[in-house]
Amino acid sequence: MADVLKFTDEGIYCPAGDFYIDPWKPVDRALITHGHADHARDGMNRYLATEAAAPVMRHRLGDIALDTIRYGETIRIGGAEVSFHPAGHVPGSAQIKVRVKGQDWVVSGDYKVVADGLSEPFEPVRCHAFITECTFGLPIFKWTPQDVLTQQIDDWWASCAAEGRTAVLGAYSLGKAQRLLTTVNADIGPILTHGAVEGTNGVLRAQGLALPDTTYVTQDLKIKDYPGALVVAPPGAMAGPWMRKFGQTSTAFASGWMALRGVRRRRAADRGFIVSDHADWAGLNWAIKETGAEKIFVTHGYTNSFERWLRDQGYDAHTVSTAYEGEGFDSTTEDAA
Amino acid sequence: MKDFAQLFTRVDESTKTTVKVAALADFFATADDPDKLWTIALFTGRRPKRTITATRLREWAAEVAGLPDWLFEDSYSIVGDLAETISLVLPPAESHVDQPLSYWIDEVKRLATLDEPDRKAGILAAWDQLEQVERFLFTKLLTGGFRVGVSAKLMTRALAKATGQDEATLTHKLMGQWTPETTTFTDLIEADDPGTDLSRPYPFYLAYGLDDLDDLGDPVDWMAERKWDGIRGQLIVRGGKHYVWSRGEDLMTDRFPEFAQLPDFLPDGTVIDGEVLAYADHMPLSFNALQTRIGRKTVPKKVLKEAPVVLMAYDLLEDQGEDIRSTPMADRRARLEDLIAGVPNTAPLKLSPGVAFQTWEALAAEREKSRDLNAEGLMLKNKHSPYLAGRKRGDWWKWKVDPLTIDAVMIYAQAGHGRRANLFTDYTFAVWNGNELTPFTKAYSGLTDVEFRQITAWVRKNTLQRFGPVRQVPPEHVFEIAFEGIRASPRHKSGVALRFPRMLRWRKDKPVSEANTLDDLKEMLDLYG
Repeated sequence: MADVLKFTDEGIYCPAGDFYIDPWKPVDRALITHGHADHARDGMNRYLATEAAAPVMRHRLGDIALDTIRYGETIRIGGAEVSFHPAGHVPGSAQIKVRVKGQDWVVSGDYKVVADGLSEPFEPVRCHAFITECTFGLPIFKWTPQDVLTQQIDDWWASCAAEGRTAVLGAYSLGKAQRLLTTVNADIGPILTHGAVEGTNGVLRAQGLALPDTTYVTQDLKIKDYPGALVVAPPGAMAGPWMRKFGQTSTAFASGWMALRGVRRRRAADRGFIVSDHADWAGLNWAIKETGAEKIFVTHGYTNSFERWLRDQGYDAHTVSTAYEGEGFDSTTEDAA
Repeated sequence: MKDFAQLFTRVDESTKTTVKVAALADFFATADDPDKLWTIALFTGRRPKRTITATRLREWAAEVAGLPDWLFEDSYSIVGDLAETISLVLPPAESHVDQPLSYWIDEVKRLATLDEPDRKAGILAAWDQLEQVERFLFTKLLTGGFRVGVSAKLMTRALAKATGQDEATLTHKLMGQWTPETTTFTDLIEADDPGTDLSRPYPFYLAYGLDDLDDLGDPVDWMAERKWDGIRGQLIVRGGKHYVWSRGEDLMTDRFPEFAQLPDFLPDGTVIDGEVLAYADHMPLSFNALQTRIGRKTVPKKVLKEAPVVLMAYDLLEDQGEDIRSTPMADRRARLEDLIAGVPNTAPLKLSPGVAFQTWEALAAEREKSRDLNAEGLMLKNKHSPYLAGRKRGDWWKWKVDPLTIDAVMIYAQAGHGRRANLFTDYTFAVWNGNELTPFTKAYSGLTDVEFRQITAWVRKNTLQRFGPVRQVPPEHVFEIAFEGIRASPRHKSGVALRFPRMLRWRKDKPVSEANTLDDLKEMLDLYG
C-alpha cells in the first residue's frame, strides 16, 4: 500500500492531494499546523490553516493567500480527505489528519496534552500512522503542574515587587507569553509587555481571547510610574539594551529547558520556570498510545532515543530527519520550546 | 534536609553574589551546629567517603524509574550530571520525611557499612522520602564531588557575615586537615586559635595576570623573580615534623620524600611558600620531568633519581612560630634569605633568585629569557606588600611569556558537561600531514558563549558521522590553539602532547588549507620540548 505521506526535501508531502504540511521551502499548497515561524514560513502560493490560527499568520506573514478550516471539519483536496484537530500547543494550533483510501495519517505539529487555559485542548486522533514531534522525548522532562507553576510565578513576582525590583519574565511571544498572562495574579501589580508580545496580544484579543490588561513598553515609558511591575518579553530581548530602562530587575525564563540545571545556569537568569507548550515524556507516551497507531514517525527532538524507546514498546517507529535538527535550548528562534 | 535544599535552591537559582552570600549567611544564622559544620565541609571540598559506585546507582535508578539502561545513559549524556539525572527520572516520592542534613550524612556513612542488598534498600528508601532537590543533593553526597556553584571563597564570606569574624582569619581557620568527624563547629570557627592543628597551612596569595606595566609606577618599589613552572607548594615545619601542601589544599608530603630531611635544617615554626620543581645540575627541569611524579602516591627509585625535586622558596610566612604575613615583602624576603643561608647546598630547598632590574625595559628583556630557563615568566611583587589571602589585585602580578600557538582544524566535536551539557564545546583539532589531517589535541575553553552557540548550531547541521557522543564534522573551521608546553608522546598519533591547550581565537579569516602542519609541531617540539 502506498504511503499517505512522504518525507521530501521540501517537507511532508501528500501525493494523493498534492500538498505539503508545514513545508520549509516554497511550494504551491501548504497546510499549516500553527503560526510559529518554523512551521508557517513565507513564500507559499496558497495556505490552509485553522480559523483561530489565521490572524496570527496574517500578522506575521502579511498578505498571504490563506484559506481557513474549522476544527473537525473535513475537506477534500485531490484524492485526500483532510481535517484539523486541536493540538493544545498555542491558540489555533492543529494536528492534521490526512485520509487516503481508508488509511489515516496524522501529523501532530507541535503539541501538549495538558490544558493551558488558553489554547484549544489537545484531542487524541485515532489513526494508522502518527507523525509526532519529540522535542522533549527523554524521561528527564516532567512538567510542573499548572497550579504549582502559577503559584511559583506569583510568589516570585510578589517578592520582586516587595523588594522594589522589576520582574522580567522571558517567554516566547506567541503562546507562552499569553498563556502565562492569563494565569498570573494580575492584582500583584501592573503588567508591561515587549512589542513582540504586545503585537500577538493585540491579534489574539481581536479574535476574542481574554487577556489581562497590559501596557506596551514604549521608548519613553518610565518604570517609576509602574512600581511592582511584571514585564513579559521574548527571551532574545532580555540580553539587550532594552532591559536598561527597568532599573533593578530579577529575571526569569519560562521554558521546558529550565528542567535542566545546566541550561538554567547557562541562561544566567535569576529564576527558571519549567513550563512548555510541548508535551513532556509522559505526555508524548500517552498521546501516542491514544492514537492507536502502530506506525510512528518521530521528528524534531531526541529522535534517536525516542525512536528506539518506541521500538522497545513494540511500535513500528522511524525517524524523520528535518533540515532543522531539534529546537534546542540554545536556539535563537522565537518559537522554540 | 529541607533547609539545606532551600539554601541550595536560593544559591543555585541566583546569579548575583550578594543573593548567594545572603542565603548562606541566613543559613549559618539559623541551622544547627552539625549542619553548619557539614555545610562548611561540603563547600570546602570535604565530603563523606564514597560508599557506592556510580554504576550501581545508575542501575538502581533505571530500575526504579522503569527505564532500560541505554535510555538512562542517553538521558545522562544530555543532563551531564549523574545525581541530577537520577533525581529527574525517579518517580515522585511516596512520602516525605524532613531530617537535617547531618542525618542524611550519617545515613550515607551507615550505608557504607552494609552489604550490597541492604545498601540498595537503604538508598531506594531514601530516594522515596525526598523531593526532587533533596534527592539531587542526597545523591550528590553519594557520588562525591559536591561542586554546586558555591566556592569556598563565597561560603567564607557568608560565614564572616554570620559570625562577625574577619574573612582572612576564617579562611585560615578553614584550611588544613580537619573533617567534621574530627572537630566541632565551636572548635573550628569559634575557637580563637587557628594554630592548634600543626599541619594547618596559610591561605595562598595568588596573583592576577599583569594588565599594564605603566600602572606600576616606579620600578624601585618592585622586586621581580622567575615564575617557576612546577607545583606551587607550602612547606610547614612545626613540632619537628614537616608538611607540604599544594595550592589546591592537597597534602603532598608523602609524594615528595626528598623533603623529609628539611626539619633537620629548619627550626620549628617555619612556613615557606615556594614552587616544587624537578631540578638537576643547578637548573630546573622542564615541567615534563615533574609530570612523571604527579599523581603518584609512592615514587619508585628510578623516578626519584631521574626527576628529583626541590622547593624553590619565594616567601616566608611564619618565622620562629610567628605569623609574619603582615610584614612588608622586602622584610620577609630578607628573613627568607637569612634562613636559607643556613641550609646546606645539598638540601632540596633553594632560594628563588631575584631578578635585578633598573627599568621596565630591562625587565622586559629578562622576561624573554623565561623559556630558556624553564620558567613561565616573571612575578612582580611590591616591596611593601603584605602576604594576602586568595587572589588579589594590586601588589602582586604575574607576567607570563606569551603562549605557543598553532593554527589547527576542528575535526570532531563533543558536548560538554554540567553548565555546558548539550552544547558542543569539546573539540578535537588536527594539523596537516601531507594531504591528511592528523589529530593532535583537544581543547574546551577560550571561546565566548555566543561562539559556542554558533558552533553548536553548525555542528548539528553538519554532522558527518556519530561515534557515540562524538560527532565528526567537515574540516571547515580553523582555530588558533594556544598552549604552554609540548612534549613527545608515543601514545598519540601525532607523537606530541600539549600542555594547557585552549582556543585563543576562531580564525574565521583563515582557509583550512592555511592551517599549520605536523612538521611545524615537530619543530616546536625540538625547540621547546
